[in-house]
Amino acid sequence: MLLTPALMVSAMLFSLGVAGVLLRRNVIVIFMCIELMLNAVNLSFIAFAQQLGAQGQVIVFFVMAVAAAEAAVGLAIILAIYRHRQSVDFQNMNLLKDQH
Amino acid sequence: MLQLFWAFGLLAILSAGVCITRRSPVASALWLVVTLFALTALYVMLDAHFIAVIQVIVYAGAIMVLFLFVIMLLNLGSGGPSDLKGPIGKVITAALALLLLVELLVVRSLGPAAEIRLPAGAVADAVRQQGAVRVIADPLFRGYLVPFEITSLLLTAAVVGAVVLAKRKL
Repeated sequence: MLLTPALMVSAMLFSLGVAGVLLRRNVIVIFMCIELMLNAVNLSFIAFAQQLGAQGQVIVFFVMAVAAAEAAVGLAIILAIYRHRQSVDFQNMNLLKDQH
Repeated sequence: MLQLFWAFGLLAILSAGVCITRRSPVASALWLVVTLFALTALYVMLDAHFIAVIQVIVYAGAIMVLFLFVIMLLNLGSGGPSDLKGPIGKVITAALALLLLVELLVVRSLGPAAEIRLPAGAVADAVRQQGAVRVIADPLFRGYLVPFEITSLLLTAAVVGAVVLAKRKL
């Protein structure tokens, strides 16, 4: 069965997505890593759907709809931030940080 | 089949690794597209043909074009100085990612209970008899009808929100 290899690939992709979020400062790349994590979760849903019934594929359908909505709103927020600060660097977004 | 699965799985993992280390956001986005296409092949091998098509159209088509569009709109394509964190950040990142990977592999080695599993090839048989679309449309429009309708509300709200956020003046 393909369940075990699919779950291993999914775990590695999810870990790579988390590593990307921790490693990068560019907000757009961090956003792409979040998409990577969503795809890893989709892969495990589909791997389980092969054994437990097609409802898992329906959930993947919803995850994709949420990902599309998230991408639209998130990129609009990045555009608005860039217009204020002329930067997409995560280090510059520290308005809530304690400045002493 | 297993070799083919691992070939595409390794392609997905390798291109994801390249994606998170490229300096230029455009290169990252294009390597992510490679990952998405490799995942499409995995979906086909896991009997999810309709989801595979949707993956190409929505993810590789629509969402990644949106990303590239924003990168070009903000003029970030040239790369500039590297935005990767320093050596301490890299060590912490690698340690945390490895820890997470080990946790995930331990949790997922358990697998679903044998009592709730369908007989082998049940979904593949359903696809062969009912067609790839009907297999997913049946539960979607019966059991999951309300979530499906809420999805349309969600997308409407997202479109309105994106326009409000991105517009300079309303």
